[in-house]
Amino acid sequence: MTAAFEGIGASVRRKEDLRFISGRGHYTDDINRPGQLHAYIRRSDRPHAKIVSIDTTAAAAAPGVAAVFTGADLAGIGGLPCGWQIHNKDGSPMAEPKHPVLAEGKVRHVGDPIAVVIAETKQQAKDAAELLDIVLEDLPSIASVTAAAAPGAPRVHDDVAGNVCYDWHIGDKAAVDAAFARAAKVVSLDLTNNRLIPNAMEPRAAVGDFDPTTDDYTLYTTSQNPHVIRLLMGAFVLGLPEHKLRVVAPDVGGGFGSKIYHYAEEAIVTWAAGRLKRPVKWTAERTESFMSDAHGRDHVSTAEMALDAEGHFLALRVKTLCNMGGYLSTFAPAVPTYLYATLLAGVYKTPAIYAEVKAMFTNTVPVDAYRGAGRPEAAFLIERLVDTICHDTGHDRVDIRRKNFIPVDAFPYQTPVALQYDSGDYFTTLDAALKAADWAGFPARRAAAKANGKLRGIGISTYLEACGIAPSKVVGSLGARAGLYEVANVRVHPTGSVSVFTGTHSHGQGHETTFAQLVSDQLGVPLSQVDVVHGDTAKIPFGMGTYGSRSLAVGGSAMVKAMDKIIAKGKKIAAHLMEASADDIEFKDGKFSVAGTDKVKTLGEIALTAYVPHNYPIETLEPGLDETAFYDPMNFTFPGGCHVCEVEIDQDTGVTSVVNFVAVDDVGRVINPMIVEGQVQGGVAQGIGQALLESAVYDEAGQLLSGSFMDYTMPRADDLPNITVGTESTLCTHNPLGAKGCGEVGAIGSPPAVMNAVVDALKDLGVRHVDMPASPQKIWAIIHSNRPRMAAE
Amino acid sequence: MYDFAYQKPASLADAVKALGAEDAKALAGGQTLIPVLKQRLNKPSVVVDLSRLGLSGISLTGETVTIGAMTTHATVANSADVKRAIPALAHLASLIGDEQVRHRGTIGGSLANNDPSADYPAAVLALGATIKTDRRTIAADDYFQGMFATALEPNEVITSVTFPIPAKAAYMKFNNPASRYAMVGVFVAKGPQGVRVAITGAGQGGVFRHAAYEAALAANWSADALNGITTPTDGLNSDIHASAEYRAHLIGVMAKRATAAAG
Ligand SMILES: Cc1cc2nc3c(=O)[nH]c(=O)nc-3n(C[C@H](O)[C@H](O)[C@H](O)COP(=O)(O)OP(=O)(O)OC[C@H]3O[C@@H](n4cnc5c(N)ncnc54)[C@H](O)[C@@H]3O)c2cc1C
Repeated sequence: MTAAFEGIGASVRRKEDLRFISGRGHYTDDINRPGQLHAYIRRSDRPHAKIVSIDTTAAAAAPGVAAVFTGADLAGIGGLPCGWQIHNKDGSPMAEPKHPVLAEGKVRHVGDPIAVVIAETKQQAKDAAELLDIVLEDLPSIASVTAAAAPGAPRVHDDVAGNVCYDWHIGDKAAVDAAFARAAKVVSLDLTNNRLIPNAMEPRAAVGDFDPTTDDYTLYTTSQNPHVIRLLMGAFVLGLPEHKLRVVAPDVGGGFGSKIYHYAEEAIVTWAAGRLKRPVKWTAERTESFMSDAHGRDHVSTAEMALDAEGHFLALRVKTLCNMGGYLSTFAPAVPTYLYATLLAGVYKTPAIYAEVKAMFTNTVPVDAYRGAGRPEAAFLIERLVDTICHDTGHDRVDIRRKNFIPVDAFPYQTPVALQYDSGDYFTTLDAALKAADWAGFPARRAAAKANGKLRGIGISTYLEACGIAPSKVVGSLGARAGLYEVANVRVHPTGSVSVFTGTHSHGQGHETTFAQLVSDQLGVPLSQVDVVHGDTAKIPFGMGTYGSRSLAVGGSAMVKAMDKIIAKGKKIAAHLMEASADDIEFKDGKFSVAGTDKVKTLGEIALTAYVPHNYPIETLEPGLDETAFYDPMNFTFPGGCHVCEVEIDQDTGVTSVVNFVAVDDVGRVINPMIVEGQVQGGVAQGIGQALLESAVYDEAGQLLSGSFMDYTMPRADDLPNITVGTESTLCTHNPLGAKGCGEVGAIGSPPAVMNAVVDALKDLGVRHVDMPASPQKIWAIIHSNRPRMAAE
Repeated sequence: MYDFAYQKPASLADAVKALGAEDAKALAGGQTLIPVLKQRLNKPSVVVDLSRLGLSGISLTGETVTIGAMTTHATVANSADVKRAIPALAHLASLIGDEQVRHRGTIGGSLANNDPSADYPAAVLALGATIKTDRRTIAADDYFQGMFATALEPNEVITSVTFPIPAKAAYMKFNNPASRYAMVGVFVAKGPQGVRVAITGAGQGGVFRHAAYEAALAANWSADALNGITTPTDGLNSDIHASAEYRAHLIGVMAKRATAAAG
């Protein structure tokens, strides 16, 4: 009997799931160090205020309290660094006000940390925190980007005029203006991309540890990228050299971007552990997560398309105001620029594009990348604009897309906004999705719904995104203060089992399975003989972590490169053992053979020889079978596809139900179809969440009104339809796997599909656009205002 | 949570006595009290657990259903007796929270708490139930006294609730999308006390009876009888999920659906 296929393309069950679903995952909050203290952070309940005084006397004297620290105690420490610098239109650098670890002089958003109390128990720390006497003097405040941009708006930072972090642009303004001047038709749309709160299932946590015998620091933290945290915190905040600082990100229960960034609490517990010579632990309460995890999205835009008489797109003009919050989070400036405006071509051959992006400070929680990061905002804008063009001009929604798609033979395709797409076929994904969704049969379903008093609509989005942000040289020239390569270390042990050390990080994505399959496939080792290790700077040479759907495309490619080295070395050893030339050695299915003979050595035999080099070419070859590769991609990858959504609206209540959803995506090479499907399902769930349910609501002054699950609508299983997932892949041309990435496609492609369906359902009422989320109240108000008498009937 | 003493008395008299202490709090299913304690919004001196008092169970007569105060929502939702006698009540219980909440939360706790968005108050008021305590019985019309306010005295313990069996009844709930408490819940009933319609979730003062609907349905028990009767918006809640106007509208929609469902 042959063993079940478990290589590339097999839907192998996830190796990590038994641990997770049986409650044996090992998360940061599960880590307790001997002698550990507990930190509790007192946060601002005001959006903007001057700190008049902080009296810590009573708190410091409370039972069990080891220390109380405020901004003054941390004054010698650097602020939280920003990892990306954008330049203004005039070439000057963006405004980059200090982001203190604990507030200095002022608080700038609800949730801004003011003081930390460290005590023997969390309860004692909390009790003592209530004794802190903090006098705040309210300052005028703003929450929305439009309020921040208004003349005379209160300043979030005294030295940032007009609250503008940067005023940036991309594209050829003259070409766009010229195209608009000769256009047969111009269609314009104002739209908002709603602010979201990530809400990973596991709240953030951090444990700082210090070993006074060696002066070594260890930080255990809920991070998507432990090496990045070590670099940012070590070098920029605490001034600790890397060899004295270990960062461990063990099992992490979801990130969605919110655990990329370096947060104040990580620096606090590490610094305090050194000061107090005892481990210090902090775990967020859910309420704290709402007001201290970086939020996502929050754009207000105007989009205009110039068209010729046949409906060809001539030029796109976009103006966006985006919200940075009260301070710059680690990668915040990059999101509305290089991850958004560069994506505005979408899947279309629009010849000229010009986008202006103004980033605003407001008295809200910092905003940064959240699943999709900039690309959902771009896809939503483009795909809503395309449907609005059809609404205004009468073009068919499918035809106009086909008419403007980048043709299959046009790759590599240079867009007018910097990116060069390597591969794609938007026609195939469109056709497959339309078929799976029975697009043609929709009119009958609409009529049937109408007979039941329901408004039914169908919508598509043909989207594109960019993953595996790279290459380092290019991102560096665009303002990144980091490289964006990935690292893999493949260690074949003496008996032939394999440990793979990756600089990416798994926080739900199933890397322990996908990467093991990749290695199993390439080295011909059974899956059970491969372990994937991640999340510890003491074990992994280096790494940039996981975000932007980069793990397989970049991290997997690094693994392939490392395995190539293993195989090349193995061939030399095999050649020696079998007395052949290394050029004549073939490697397949875990076996080295001499071409044209029946001489064979298994990988295990070669590994044993490498570690027990009795009969070995020791003069020319080092012992051991352990190889590392750093892989710096040549380009982004460009997943894309088509999502089709069908909704039904209850006219009486305004409730929108998603009755069908089809996603057909091009994610490049698929290693594990089941995991890809799961990633797409999860992404679509978040996309439907954004479209119909989720919204971070601030009042005008900056009080967070949706600060708990009582008011923030997370999508739940019964909010979602069965989601049909298909893949129609073209391969990435520049990485060894042909992989593109699947982590974000669901969240990027789905919101416009849902909203296009909602608007379609309401089209008989003359509705042209609906902003997200399409909550029952909003939809009812639209129906009600269009049919004023309906309510009473 | 602040520190507190914990007691689990074995008799009702002991419980009432323990609750006489200053800042004492009764604990039933804990589905409201525990979150409140965790958020440090309440600082009881002693928490008195009611679970050893034998207050759970469902009993039936020809005219009434009596439910012990400590009976969980899940028990009510799944009770064959309740489903037969007052299916609307079992249905209502099945809509409260989620499976975990329904297996802990109790009818007594829900009524003592009187959350303006809770479901049970609508059934109790529309069915004209009687609330029995350690010292008296209280008619539904006298019991609810505004949001989170009831006729209960500080140390008074609800022991059971008796519902007259109606000829017709139904409950329709429109969930708050986030919390899934009632944003608007309408209970319509035609019972021994006549036609009664109670609205929860919508009013600033908690559950209330809808006189105009009651009159219309008393004259003609049909959804159409409610056509054209609008609900004034004063006194209705307005929040990020629903304006007072929207709530007023939903009251009409849910009332019609409930009437239709009641048959
Ligand atoms: C996630 C979640 C979702 C929920 N969704 C809903 C919903 O959709 N609809 C809904 O109606 N409710 C909902 N609830 C509330 C739930 O129904 C609670 O169970 C109920 O409100 C309180 O009942 P309890 O038994 O848990 O009481 P506890 O929390 O133990 O007590 C609540 C209060 O009542 C007092 N008390 C309890 N029992 C008695 C008694 N016998 N006599 C006198 N005083 C007493 C306590 O002292 C306390 O002040 C939800 C709760 C949660 C956590």
